[in-house]
Amino acid sequence: MAVLAGLAAICGAGNAREAGPHDAVAGVTPKYVAAPGCTEEVAAVLRLAADQALTVVPRGTGTKLAWGAPPRSVDLVLDTTRLARVVEHAAGDLVVVVEAGTRLDTLQETLAAHGQRLALDPPSGGTVGGTVAANAAGPLRLLYGTARDLLIGVTVVRADGVVARAGGKVVKNVAGYDLGKLFTGSYGTLGVITQAVFRLHPLPAARAYVTRTVADAAEASRLVQAVLRSQLVPAALELDLPRPGGPATLVVLLEGAPAGVPARAETLVALLGGDARAGEEAPPWWGRHPFGPDDITLKIAYPIADLEAVMTALAGAGGLEPTLRGSVGTGVLHAGLPGDADPAAVARLLGTLRQALRPWGSAILLQAPPAVAVDRWGDVPALALMRRVKTQFDPAHRLSPGRFVGGI
Amino acid sequence: MADPTASEALSRLAHRFRAALGERAVISDPVELATYSCDGLTHYTATPGLVVLPETTEQVQEVVRGCAELGVPYVARGSGTGLSGGALPRADGVLVVTTRMRRIIEIDIPNQRAVVEPGVINLEVTRAAAPHGFYYAPDPSSQQVCSIGGNVAENSGGAHCLKYGFTVHHVLGLEIVTPDGEVVWLGGKTPDSPGYDLAGVFVGSEGTLGIVTKIVVRLLRAPQVVRTLLAGFRSTDEAGGAVSAIIGAGVVPAAIEMMDALAIEAAEASVHCDYPRGAGAVLIVELDGPSADVAQQFAEVERHCREHGAFEVRVAADDVERAEIWKGRKSAFAAVGRISPDYLVQDGVIPRTALPEVLRDIAELSARSGVRVANVFHAGDGNLHPLVLFDESVPGQGERAEEVSGAILDLCIRHGGSITGEHGVGVDKAKFMPRMFTSEDLDTMQLVRCAFDPAGICNPGKVFPTPRLCGEVPGKRKGVHPLVEAGRAELF
Repeated sequence: MAVLAGLAAICGAGNAREAGPHDAVAGVTPKYVAAPGCTEEVAAVLRLAADQALTVVPRGTGTKLAWGAPPRSVDLVLDTTRLARVVEHAAGDLVVVVEAGTRLDTLQETLAAHGQRLALDPPSGGTVGGTVAANAAGPLRLLYGTARDLLIGVTVVRADGVVARAGGKVVKNVAGYDLGKLFTGSYGTLGVITQAVFRLHPLPAARAYVTRTVADAAEASRLVQAVLRSQLVPAALELDLPRPGGPATLVVLLEGAPAGVPARAETLVALLGGDARAGEEAPPWWGRHPFGPDDITLKIAYPIADLEAVMTALAGAGGLEPTLRGSVGTGVLHAGLPGDADPAAVARLLGTLRQALRPWGSAILLQAPPAVAVDRWGDVPALALMRRVKTQFDPAHRLSPGRFVGGI
Repeated sequence: MADPTASEALSRLAHRFRAALGERAVISDPVELATYSCDGLTHYTATPGLVVLPETTEQVQEVVRGCAELGVPYVARGSGTGLSGGALPRADGVLVVTTRMRRIIEIDIPNQRAVVEPGVINLEVTRAAAPHGFYYAPDPSSQQVCSIGGNVAENSGGAHCLKYGFTVHHVLGLEIVTPDGEVVWLGGKTPDSPGYDLAGVFVGSEGTLGIVTKIVVRLLRAPQVVRTLLAGFRSTDEAGGAVSAIIGAGVVPAAIEMMDALAIEAAEASVHCDYPRGAGAVLIVELDGPSADVAQQFAEVERHCREHGAFEVRVAADDVERAEIWKGRKSAFAAVGRISPDYLVQDGVIPRTALPEVLRDIAELSARSGVRVANVFHAGDGNLHPLVLFDESVPGQGERAEEVSGAILDLCIRHGGSITGEHGVGVDKAKFMPRMFTSEDLDTMQLVRCAFDPAGICNPGKVFPTPRLCGEVPGKRKGVHPLVEAGRAELF
């Protein structure tokens, strides 16, 4: 009770409560939920958690909360959704300062009113903080990169409640270590992100989607190479394979000036051949995950030219029929399987994939029921260094314990 | 090297490295050592205690292990073109020179990657990829001589950062030797490697986290067309207005560079670049990409320049004319030597929209102090390179120039900018770090340092003004650290 009273004193009476079953993090139910309203309150909450030796998992809107291994323990869910202000949109500088709990779609609406966007379109949506913490990205990553590449400044609260800032509000900046990179994709294990600064891009004046059906993995791989070696500057290059062995669809997004995009689309249609056609509408699956909230999901990263090998490894997945979708121009795919798929077969598939992807690729089990007893992250080089980083930032291992690589 | 124990350690290392790496890989002759006493920032000098020139990862590992075992500090250095003293050696330490590690291991076009050694010259990567129609995007002005390893250390940029980003955006993987002598890969050939993005934080860490021995970089498809224009304006205010209009119109040029009257004067005196006569400022704007898109956007850029007061706009008809346009800009730093015996190159960043105000402030600062300042900069991303002119032979001028240079950084910080956009902190700006960051910010950065280099022997004394000793409880420091007081540690 003393803990709850302490949290309420920091966040306000309505913003701290006992947790319920719907607050579970990957199946682990916490004791408390606190929703601080500013960086200083986050710091006070984390100091209280440190005093009370509470384990903490940060949560935005919860769209990616099931990703990663279940936490070894969680006493407190730190809800960031009250940190939802667009602090500063410096439109002339193409920069936005935004609180971590801001929903990405809300942010995009604000920016679009000024003809701008954050060139980050993760299918999972969610908050800015969650997107950064999971390094989630969508089709646009081909041309613009991920949060790693667009984040220019960050405010974080460490496990000991100390507030730290790195980077800044200017795009070009090499002063000090780039902690934003370290926090991007750290799954809440190093600290709580409270504010992010992003570089922005203008909304493109024109867009075209060029679609082509592909018969098999070999053809998909050949066409991907053809597009990447062209001078057409695709903004995105996505593949959708709803049923293994069935036909897949390749879609290329072109963005740019109204005088240029139609001509490029025409060239691309000719380059792709087959049933290629250009349109202004994205296919219905564009920018969505090939899995539902209860499905087993994999994230696969591979050298671009290995697409055929990856598709082949997945197609022969011992009776499993994974749906497949992703950024084949970058070499990042997501695969989905029904939540009740045979756990042993899933483990075997993961093993086969990891073997096929050596030495450079990776296959992560993003989300799965506990029955799939397998290391979600696989072998990770430099793990010893990563453990040392974790120990420096969170010596007591109280932030999202066990969720990350090597049990970090 | 007054400390006899340091000198003894160095001679033991010299012996050990000669045996392991061969005679020609180790330099201990005082005269030869002196040639390595500074990097591109020549007013800081220190003769290294020992120089080694390894050729392989294993040899680097051997050197680092030797240093680690004896607690001898070491500094890595590539071509030595750095402008913040990041590769300044230590008299009591080893300088690890990577210039013999210059193999391009792989140009992998299907995966759009190259794997290179740290001593490879930046431009060589593009040369190797060009026959395939690809190139390596980060192009610091020194790209004909600077090494990729140094680019990684400094997160180098260049004129084309506005559209294409910095080294960190083009590096996917690094093989490094950690300060405790382990060889590990951070990242690799694929994006989104599981685990912390240690490659991301390593890039730009100025050699304080380890020595890079292999680098996986992205190669980009060479653009279909590149179009460049030069526009002459009466004032920097007008030129700044044109820049804002271009950005506001949703155009992302590959580069927008500005030079003011004094910088133009210097360039004319040096390379006779024949920029528009009477210009108070020139803009160089470059667009690249698919031809039809570029054609339309280029017309827009031209219109915005004219509408904002450009009295002359020249469009390069071919690569020769393009090089002509760039000649003045690229030679500007060196050219300043023609109009002033000595000068300091500053490297600060401001939000682009603050440009007119900051330029006025710099002009005022210059008028008040009597110190001339020429401005050359990457206008698109607000990266200023004020050239602060002085004459060392006139007593007091050097100090005044330093003051003006520092005051410009304060201006940058006050406008929400940064103390360095591309040259790094090194030794030169360590003292400015507390003006930009709180002690909590700096302590937090040092947590990373402590994870990589708990003994603090990897390029110590750079970036941070007062490094927190690893294992020390974070927080405000009070008085002298007990370890320092006891003579068991030093703060550099």
